[in-house]
Amino acid sequence: MILVNQAIQGILLGGYYALIACGLSFMFSVMRIINLAHGSLAILSAFALYVLADRFDVSPFLGLIVVVPAMALIGWALQRTVLERSARGGLLVPVLSTFGLSIIIDNLLFQQFGADTRSLAPYIGDLSFDSWAITDEIAIGKLAALTLATAIVLLGGIQIFLKRTQLGRMIRATAEDADTVGLVGVNARRVNAIAAAIAMATVAISGAFLAMRATFDPYAGALQLIFAFEASVIGGAGSLWGTLLGGVVLGVAQSLGASVSPQGFFIGGHLAFLVALFARLFFGDFGPRLRRAFLGRAA
Amino acid sequence: MSAKSAITVERWTRESRVALVVAALVVGALALGPTMFDANIVDRLTTLFIYVILAVTWNALVGYCGLVSIGQQAFFGLGAYFAVRLADSGFSVYPALFVAALIVGVLSVPLSSIMLRLKGGEFAIGMWVVSEISHLLVNLDTLINGETGTSLIALNAYAIDSRRALTYWCAFAAMIGLLAIVFFLLRGPLGAAIQAIRDNEEAAESVGVRVLRAKRLVFVLAAFGAALAGALWVATAVTFQPKTYFSPQWTAYMIFMALVGGLGTFEGAILGAVAFFAIEAWFGGAGVWYLVGLGATALVFALALPRGVWGWVEDSTALRLLPIGYRVHFASDHARGEAASGPAPPRET
Repeated sequence: MILVNQAIQGILLGGYYALIACGLSFMFSVMRIINLAHGSLAILSAFALYVLADRFDVSPFLGLIVVVPAMALIGWALQRTVLERSARGGLLVPVLSTFGLSIIIDNLLFQQFGADTRSLAPYIGDLSFDSWAITDEIAIGKLAALTLATAIVLLGGIQIFLKRTQLGRMIRATAEDADTVGLVGVNARRVNAIAAAIAMATVAISGAFLAMRATFDPYAGALQLIFAFEASVIGGAGSLWGTLLGGVVLGVAQSLGASVSPQGFFIGGHLAFLVALFARLFFGDFGPRLRRAFLGRAA
Repeated sequence: MSAKSAITVERWTRESRVALVVAALVVGALALGPTMFDANIVDRLTTLFIYVILAVTWNALVGYCGLVSIGQQAFFGLGAYFAVRLADSGFSVYPALFVAALIVGVLSVPLSSIMLRLKGGEFAIGMWVVSEISHLLVNLDTLINGETGTSLIALNAYAIDSRRALTYWCAFAAMIGLLAIVFFLLRGPLGAAIQAIRDNEEAAESVGVRVLRAKRLVFVLAAFGAALAGALWVATAVTFQPKTYFSPQWTAYMIFMALVGGLGTFEGAILGAVAFFAIEAWFGGAGVWYLVGLGATALVFALALPRGVWGWVEDSTALRLLPIGYRVHFASDHARGEAASGPAPPRET
């Protein structure tokens, strides 16, 4: 029974990881860039929501109405100023420039907010601790369930958007071959900037859930980046449904690890990641296959 | 036009011969270190040597081989850890520094089999995960006391002055040794092979470069270098706190040094280490703004000047002080160049 509970909690936790990995995965599948500032940008949106809640009494959910568009704008600007230029420089430059960016964001946040850990939990009332009791030993937290549901809706929504809408088709085509889409009248630069904006909008949402379910501080971004990365690699890099699966696997592995030893939480997750890498060695990459299923014939 | 007489190939130029003599003099002077300088300068130079080790080995991995790792702190921390571990189990402390780095080098061989399957950003963060795992596993050792850490108490056996001098000479020897290894490796067939991999892996493979073998060699060398730096760092700092040693800040420093000095240039990495050392001395006290500045500088260099200061000097003046490659002069360049747009710079291969 304890094991069942661990598994359920792991799946719920996986919802959060899928959420934070969503933007990373999306950006990778469209622009082939791994944004190392991903975690720091999630923390940035968490702080933005915190300021809105703390100074202006805006509930975090209402705050998202401001923060999501703001982060989307940042995504657009980021693509135009940093990512686009970096991507032209080959594989190396985006890694270096986005790492530089993450150092800047982390330290500016530290300069502004100091080392205190903060949380949005006090601003969402009962939601932060309410739960449905399933049996005596198993309870499902309402916030955790909401996180998982958001992840599913977001990932599913993006998938439908990519499959069914004109803009979605343009994004997929640009991911496939940015030069050729230019020939048929698609402005690849604009499409990539929109894609970056979408990715950052999801980062804002994941930042909100990160801040509601736990505490954060200016340097918490690195760990979030690692979780997002692990979830997307376990699920097959660049595939959104794979990301959900990867998030759940990561969550369950951490949750089971934690039941073995106090330090097992992180070790369990990292081990799941390494096992996924090993599996890649022996069975080939699942990523492209899932990606094909997800982007249609793309990749 | 006869091709043979029109092309001359050279490696050493007059400037590079002068540079070699100057370098030899500097090395000679530094070797005397502790007998000549006062304690404060000796300590600072030891730090500088460690930075040079970090910059040069990271540059070999990233600038030459094209493998961006942001997890080299894994090896830095493990090097320090094994040094503490070996010293605790009765191993003589200074040899332990080098043995610790060797152990990490050996451990990095099987690790490379998995990690080198990853490409680009995936490799970069994958290495970060490796450093997180190493950190957690090191914390499991009861000797370390978790995040509280421990000290290299074996150093207490030495008087403070002889300890300072010994650490200095160890760092100095390690730096010179690694510089020599990297220099000669890059000049040889491996250097050509890894640069070919960096520029186009498929093309390199198609002309017979054994890609995985070449990458692995550089990966292990970089791991060894970072581990040696970590072991030497614990010898200077004495305390070992896992959090400080497994911090991604070390990678930030390495990126800064290599990017600013000149990614993919041998002299640039050394220049970058000296520049970082100077900047830290002047601005290190500025705390957070200093780190913001480091990040911003790295970002600007990555976008605007990806080959760094030295890469820029090389590209605009064709100056090579410690030549890794060869230069091909075309006798007809001058005539042809004037017809087109100014003289063509000599090409480096």
